Amino acid sequence: MSESTIVTLLTLLPFYPLVSFVLLISFAKRLSWHLAASISVGAMVLSALSSFAVVQYLSVDVPVITAHLWAWFTLSSNEQINISFYLDGLAAVMICVVTGIGLLIHIFAAAYMKEDANFTRFMAYMNLFIVAMLILVLADNLVLLYLGWEGVGLCSFLLIGFWYRERDNVLAARKAFIVTRVGDTAMAIGLFMIFKEIGQLTITDVNQSARILWIEGDSQPYWIALLLLGGAVGKSAQLPLQTWLPDAMAGPTPVSALIHAATMVTAGVYLIARMHGIFLLAPEVMTYVAWLGALTLLLAGIAALAQTDIKRVLAYSTMSQIGYMMLSLGAGAFSAGVFHLMTHAFFKALLFLTAGAIILALHHQQNLFKMGGLLKRLPLETILFSIGLVCLMALPGTSGFFSKEAIIAQLFSSTTAGPLLWLCAILGALLTSIYSCRLFFLGFMGKARFETSLQPSSSKLLKLSLIALAILSLGGGAFANILEVSLAPVFAVAPVIETLNEPAWLHPVAIATPFVGIIFSWFYFAKYRAPSDVTLTENTSGLARFCQQGLGFDSLYSWLLVKPYCALAKLNRKDIFDQLMMLNAWYISLWHDVLASSQNGKLRWYASAIGLATLLLLLALLLTVNVGTISMEAS
Amino acid sequence: MSAIPLSHILMLASILFVIGFVGVIVRKNTLYILMSLEVMLNAVGIAFIGAGSAWQQADGQVMFILILTLAAAEVAVGLALLIQMQRRFKSLDIDLLSKLKG
Repeated sequence: MSESTIVTLLTLLPFYPLVSFVLLISFAKRLSWHLAASISVGAMVLSALSSFAVVQYLSVDVPVITAHLWAWFTLSSNEQINISFYLDGLAAVMICVVTGIGLLIHIFAAAYMKEDANFTRFMAYMNLFIVAMLILVLADNLVLLYLGWEGVGLCSFLLIGFWYRERDNVLAARKAFIVTRVGDTAMAIGLFMIFKEIGQLTITDVNQSARILWIEGDSQPYWIALLLLGGAVGKSAQLPLQTWLPDAMAGPTPVSALIHAATMVTAGVYLIARMHGIFLLAPEVMTYVAWLGALTLLLAGIAALAQTDIKRVLAYSTMSQIGYMMLSLGAGAFSAGVFHLMTHAFFKALLFLTAGAIILALHHQQNLFKMGGLLKRLPLETILFSIGLVCLMALPGTSGFFSKEAIIAQLFSSTTAGPLLWLCAILGALLTSIYSCRLFFLGFMGKARFETSLQPSSSKLLKLSLIALAILSLGGGAFANILEVSLAPVFAVAPVIETLNEPAWLHPVAIATPFVGIIFSWFYFAKYRAPSDVTLTENTSGLARFCQQGLGFDSLYSWLLVKPYCALAKLNRKDIFDQLMMLNAWYISLWHDVLASSQNGKLRWYASAIGLATLLLLLALLLTVNVGTISMEAS
Repeated sequence: MSAIPLSHILMLASILFVIGFVGVIVRKNTLYILMSLEVMLNAVGIAFIGAGSAWQQADGQVMFILILTLAAAEVAVGLALLIQMQRRFKSLDIDLLSKLKG
């Protein structure tokens, strides 16, 4: 294919889902399920095919493809904000994940949401999300990236609150929106600061100018990187803005898979990888990134141990896996982080979708303590789910193994990470395997604890997408080399981490950790997998409840921020500034009353008013004339 | 025949005008209000005549004829309204006509 065809394909990439979105939202319920599903899934097929075609064209000789659409606005004499797309190795990985996984999830969603009354609205939002996400990853400047960034936030809000008739969903949607907005504000300030200091917002220019303008350890890149990190932390649900993600599971399961596992929450990882030029100039911030990632992955791992809702376990596990990505970015191992982003998208989408299929079969039962014994009842789903779990635990041979080992291997010798963070990563891997085993034992082994009959979906679409995802999850490790080659030019300036002088036991320990976790939980959670009639009860001790509520962050924020804010709002219920404004209105209505009472409709009053006024006028006239003559005489 | 000084004429005119004006304000009966209006108009007429004779100009008398015509027209319209009012309200009280109050 010629270069111009490729550029056209790249240009059109976000427009297929956009057209589909417009069609679906305009015709809404007039479209039949078949039509709506084929429009939305068809748009995704086109997107996925063209993104694969475009990515095929990238090579060592053509490391970057750009497509200029039109000029958006002019910021200063030498900086214009364009709507243009910039495709390099990093963006290529992202568009493949977004459109590829997006396509599979769309197929699943078409089957999963078939019975919903608002099916077209759902698919329309999903398409809009893909548009926003593609704009985010393809943007050549930070303003366009921010547009996509806010766009995915909006779609996340719309889709979490999709079943808006239930109070909890609406609250969860609002919470997600507000909490991520905190991070977005930090990011916006970061963008302002970049423009003030560098005068440019095109991503490649910013990364280049930063290297010329500043040296490592300057204060400007430190603050900019810190503010950008704020945005990334909000979007990627990392400490301290992680509280929205578990609640976001209120949305339909395909949404959790697409937005809150595979794509949107990794936008923060993408942002940091994209702006690595600035982050590399601020090694302290790199260390913060690594520590935030490490703390989040431990915290989320501990919280996942105590969850009873299958989707919340997966949500916390997503948080902890993104923690790994952050950890790896903080250590300077950008390629490994992006690789984990990709494999995580595969297996977490698989886990969520399979969980969705199971939840559907169990009549919307999400409580793990009401499941059990699914191994025999739903063999296909069990196999698929265990493939996902095996990848999550990073057992050798699976995709998760390749990416997670790549991260852990580089932590020990990194200048911005170190042995302590390596230990955190190992502990996190241990926790991952323990909660995965607990989930598997509770859900699939032991005795069936549900009363209703099973209703497994027979939809072929559903199974097709699940099996495709399972194959990707198992074989995702094969992409390692392709990824290495395509990401190499992007992260050319990143330091190479020397791994020569490490102790020899590092690798075996990393590989053995998940097995230790499995053996531990095999014995520790023995009663969960026992086929006997032991009635299982949730652990309601204080510690378990504390873990279940995400280590108390929700109540902490509620105490520190939400309650004082609400109290202030209540105190100022009769808005004091509003009262000042209302003074104007009061003054005007006062005059209205005065003038209205003078308009009494009595002719004689009017006549006397005219007389009086004439008299006063005459008097004034006489007085001024007199004063005039007197002053003339005086002069 | 000695000429009446202008100030006397103007004083008479002012007094008549004030009397007429007070009549307009004080009386409730529309008929009396119309009559008071006539008084006011004639007071103005006297002032014109006086001024005309003082300056030996015909303009004052011209104005008076104009006022006279005006008064005739006014009385015609006023009396017609008066009759309508009597028919509708069975009263000539001007304060009853206050539907336009704010």
